[in-house]
Amino acid sequence: MPTITIREALNQAIREEIARDESVFIMGEEVAAYDGAYKVTKGLLNEFGPKRVIDTPITELGFAGLGVGAAMVGLRPIVEFMTFNFSILATDQIINSAAKMLYMSGGQFKIPIVFRGPGGSAFQVSSQHSQAMESWYAYFPGLKVVMPSTPADAKGLLKSAIRDDDPVIFIEQERMYGNKGEVPEDPDFTIPLGVADIKREGTDVTIVARSLMVPVALKAAEQLEQQGVSCEVIDPRTIRPLDIDTIVESVKKTNRVVLAEESHPICGVNAEISTQIMERAFDYLDAPVKRVSGADVPMPYAKNLENLAVPDVEKIVAAVREVAYLD
Amino acid sequence: MSKQTAAPPSRAGAEEQSSTSVIDAPAQDAPADVDKKQLARERDEVKERQKDRFTGLNKEQLIGLYRQMLLIRRFEEKSAEVYVAGKIGGFCHLYIGQEAVAVGAISAINKEDFVFASYREHGHALAKGMSARAIMAELFGKATGCSKGKGGSMHMFDKDLGFLGGHAIVGGQIPLATGAAFASMYRNSGEVTLCFFGEAAVNQGAFHESLNMAQLWKLPCIYICENNQYGMGTSLARAMSLRDIAQKGCAYEMASEFVDGMDVLAVREATMRAVQRARKESLPTLLEVRTYRFMGHSMSDPGNYRTRAEIEKYQERDPIKLFSASLLEEKIVDEKALEEIDKQIHEEVEDALRFADESPLPDAAELYTEVYANPIDPSRNRDR
Repeated sequence: MPTITIREALNQAIREEIARDESVFIMGEEVAAYDGAYKVTKGLLNEFGPKRVIDTPITELGFAGLGVGAAMVGLRPIVEFMTFNFSILATDQIINSAAKMLYMSGGQFKIPIVFRGPGGSAFQVSSQHSQAMESWYAYFPGLKVVMPSTPADAKGLLKSAIRDDDPVIFIEQERMYGNKGEVPEDPDFTIPLGVADIKREGTDVTIVARSLMVPVALKAAEQLEQQGVSCEVIDPRTIRPLDIDTIVESVKKTNRVVLAEESHPICGVNAEISTQIMERAFDYLDAPVKRVSGADVPMPYAKNLENLAVPDVEKIVAAVREVAYLD
Repeated sequence: MSKQTAAPPSRAGAEEQSSTSVIDAPAQDAPADVDKKQLARERDEVKERQKDRFTGLNKEQLIGLYRQMLLIRRFEEKSAEVYVAGKIGGFCHLYIGQEAVAVGAISAINKEDFVFASYREHGHALAKGMSARAIMAELFGKATGCSKGKGGSMHMFDKDLGFLGGHAIVGGQIPLATGAAFASMYRNSGEVTLCFFGEAAVNQGAFHESLNMAQLWKLPCIYICENNQYGMGTSLARAMSLRDIAQKGCAYEMASEFVDGMDVLAVREATMRAVQRARKESLPTLLEVRTYRFMGHSMSDPGNYRTRAEIEKYQERDPIKLFSASLLEEKIVDEKALEEIDKQIHEEVEDALRFADESPLPDAAELYTEVYANPIDPSRNRDR
């Protein structure tokens, strides 16, 4: 299997799906002539032309809604947000139109659309360009929310998202585009939405992590192995619907759990996962569920402050030791 | 939409509703500032212009337009009646006074063309060919409703008839309609899209973002602004700096025109010009159709932001009365024929009411259906 970056894996997924299905196209700011602000769409304009790879004005609400309308009558748009920070302008169309259309039309209008782009923390771009948005979208029935952490997951999940008949929020991680990994070449390689992946097996403590926190958790698990603690690292990959069964099974085995995320802690996805663990595996817990979250502040610019705001290996190691009652 | 500051629109609406349901009622306090003779002269002028537009339309078409407008009027009157009786829940925005807009515009397109509307859309749904039964049943929240009782008054849909909603965030349907038109351009499939919205939606960013893209990308979308002069209770004068809405087309180099929304044939002709532009040149159009809503914004509208004299002034221009007078004068119909149409429509609305009343409520299991087109059970996929 070739080793490629997440950026290249996403590019392959989009390329293959545009080639496979005439109704698939991609639109967004700078996706065509500029080759994508983060180069995810590199070369696509050249290959498919301006009909399938469309530069939009800076008009997030407008082109998000245009995509939803096109999906109502049978197209399968991929809408790129240059970053998910800008999707905030489009939330009316994502939430009030895309998420609810099938239901409020009594099942008549499905919305096969993917809203994708980078989210989470970036490097030193301060508060408005560096934040995690997944808990907003995961709140709404009608949406699916996906966050890959490896090149293979990125490709397989994006292909599934494009083929899915529901609106999918696909949040990539700005810091991870250059991360490398092996990716199958089979054009029919997909990964089903809604299925968690055990990134590392272990017996003592379960760490649930997604997106940027997956490689951080894996590094923490390596360190903890040296300290005699065996960690199981689970990546839900899809936040909605959430594969809670896989998490609960692991907790029943390890009896201890740490939940890591970049998001602010209040009303974050891990608050929900924590509750579901309590509801379904309370009697198996030997320690309270421990969360490691982004700081509850807008993201600062200064490098030292920014580092303090994003969870790191050290914080996850400390949390695991805490639930294992080692300190 | 419909921002409620106090209690939700309740059955107390009965009393409130009476303050604005003046459509067929004689004036109790006819104000001195309404010059009846002047109004009659204006109406006659409009009628003469309307009669000039009969050319090219056969008797069947003319009567068809009249029937549709009257059906909407009677349907909405019945909706108001049963709303007050507690049969319809939530918000209910009536289309009385504006019938010529939906009927005139939709008569200019084909079945396969797309229509998007706001939350004041019962009339557009009827004009696109949806049955009074399916719409009334939806208002009643019944399983036989056009959206299976899940959408209600503000979310009527019919995929087969190209009626794409029923959208309840002011201006929310404008990008959606632009997207449907984009799909027609993308597939070269030839449909045009009509997008109806009130003048208050023009202040939303969604309007400007959409018109910009539509002209930039040459999308066959016809934006029909129904300027009824009030966004809820806020008059146009209090809400918009440049009030000649058609002029806003200039900002996007988009063709636009003012249309008399009280003349069904004027609306039809303007829409036909726009449809031709859309089909032949794949270009959008902005129509500002000047109309007036005779009833309140919704059933819970106190109506204290405008005068009875103002309402009466526009009732002199009632699009249905105007058109029936034109039809009579041109001898397309006689009084007896009009009575017969009225009787048939009365029966159609009564039938819809009976159908809605007798239809079953949605099954409780429907609560959890149609949230996703591809529902996911993680356990089913785990072994893949």
